[in-house]
Amino acid sequence: MIPPSFSYRAPATVSEALALLNESDGEAKVLAGGHSLLPMMKFRFAEPALLIDIGRIPELKGIRQVGNRIHIGAMTTENELLESALLKEKCPLLPEVVRWIADPQVRNRGTIGGDIAHGDPANDHPATMRALEAEFVLKSADGERVVAADDFYLGTYYTLLEANELLTEIRVPVLPPGTGYAYKKLKRKTGDFAIAAACVVLSLTGDKCERIAITLTNVGPTPLRAETAEKLLTGKAIDDQLVEQAAQLAMEICDPAEDLRGDKEYKIHMAGEMTRRAIREAIDRARGRK
Amino acid sequence: MNDKQEVTFTVNGEKVSVDVVPRELLVHTLRERLNLTGTHIGCDSSHCGACTVDFNGRSVKACTVLTVQAQDAHIVTVEGLAGPSGLHPVQEGFQQEHGLQCGFCTPGMLMRAYRFLQENPNPTEDQVRTGMAGNLCRCTGYQNIVKAVQYAANKLSARSV
Ligand SMILES: Cc1cc2nc3c(=O)[nH]c(=O)nc-3n(C[C@H](O)[C@H](O)[C@H](O)COP(=O)(O)OP(=O)(O)OC[C@H]3O[C@@H](n4cnc5c(N)ncnc54)[C@H](O)[C@@H]3O)c2cc1C
Ligand code: FES
Ligand code: FES
Repeated sequence: MIPPSFSYRAPATVSEALALLNESDGEAKVLAGGHSLLPMMKFRFAEPALLIDIGRIPELKGIRQVGNRIHIGAMTTENELLESALLKEKCPLLPEVVRWIADPQVRNRGTIGGDIAHGDPANDHPATMRALEAEFVLKSADGERVVAADDFYLGTYYTLLEANELLTEIRVPVLPPGTGYAYKKLKRKTGDFAIAAACVVLSLTGDKCERIAITLTNVGPTPLRAETAEKLLTGKAIDDQLVEQAAQLAMEICDPAEDLRGDKEYKIHMAGEMTRRAIREAIDRARGRK
Repeated sequence: MNDKQEVTFTVNGEKVSVDVVPRELLVHTLRERLNLTGTHIGCDSSHCGACTVDFNGRSVKACTVLTVQAQDAHIVTVEGLAGPSGLHPVQEGFQQEHGLQCGFCTPGMLMRAYRFLQENPNPTEDQVRTGMAGNLCRCTGYQNIVKAVQYAANKLSARSV
């Protein structure tokens, strides 16, 4: 299988890439790691006239701490996230999630920016980004805007990104000591997308849950945020009964597509189970038990 | 659109230049232009790992890389493994431990094992399994592949002492 014909450009700077995007009038696509885009082109789900390869732009690489945030260049590969000592220490949720993504070869090409920008609800970074309340830097020839991950996802393969915009940087918080976190993903086999997955980030004051974010992967047209479950748990000492109620509330917002991974009912139940497990593990971690 | 571009890269230590249209995949350039047919095409959809090659010191699936993306790259294929003194230890491992049956997945397995053992020279059995998780085999049941990689790990670490 060979993709349909296209022209190819590999700009050396972000401003060159933005100029090319601007000129192309919506006919171009950005090529990052290519591990979602090239398969889609092989299947003729995408037929861009021009590919703008952003793999030769040094500005789009790298992971650095700026105040209480970590700035990650969009072209940072999954394996580079896994190998980062900074992330391991300051935002360990991210490498934990990356371990669940695809396989070693795919992680050498796939980028965090591509995983986020693709808008596929099956991808694992989007729900994680919502749980972390990350921010995305979007640039165009006209300027730059910083948007919240929470507002970014509008539908399946449909995000806030305009055709002339490039996602250049992802900003995640440094997690303060005592933050509980977990990503629980159920999949059929290595390298598969989630049947359902849940991400939890929380902080406790004494026994009480001070803040909690609960998000879900691949059980709706976008990554979902279980706000009613979050509200239920905030300010309370979380016990088994509350975990169960939160899981039920999370299941209520699920609307998964039926496919070979299972029917709706099964996926919704698995989303509930992943939510229970993620909340419990996050609490254990916040208490320093894990 | 169908304009050919000249792409220059290194394969198995040798510098090569090819004229390709942008949509040509690296695996096709290797097999059909450079006659390096050791690199196999299994699924053509980035799942099986039969097309794995070493690309700038990382394992990649050559069915999901465009040749134009390989400008200036350093590529090693299975043909580059054996040296003047014989088989590479990973090849020897697959031979000694019967790490193959039909052999279709083997070039990809060898190339992944070659890089994996540089990333992790003393892996546990579990680490071998997760490190090789991007490569599928329909014949062996993986047990002997794991043993082959462990054989190579022992041989390589004995060599470096
Ligand atoms: C076998 C296999 C298994 C996989 N399993 C998983 C998994 O378990 N979990 C998971 O999350 N993912 C999985 N993936 C997807 C993989 O992680 C992709 O690499 C990722 O979804 C896309 O990143 P990329 O860098 O390859 O982007 P590309 O494929 O190059 O691009 C994807 C899309 O995003 C756009 N884009 C990319 N970067 C930018 C940018 N900086 N600005 C604007 N637009 C941009 C492109 O134009 C394109 O539309 C799997 C892929 C394969 C092949
Ligand atoms: S042929 Fe490339 S992964 Fe299967
Ligand atoms: S030996 Fe036949 S596919 Fe692996």
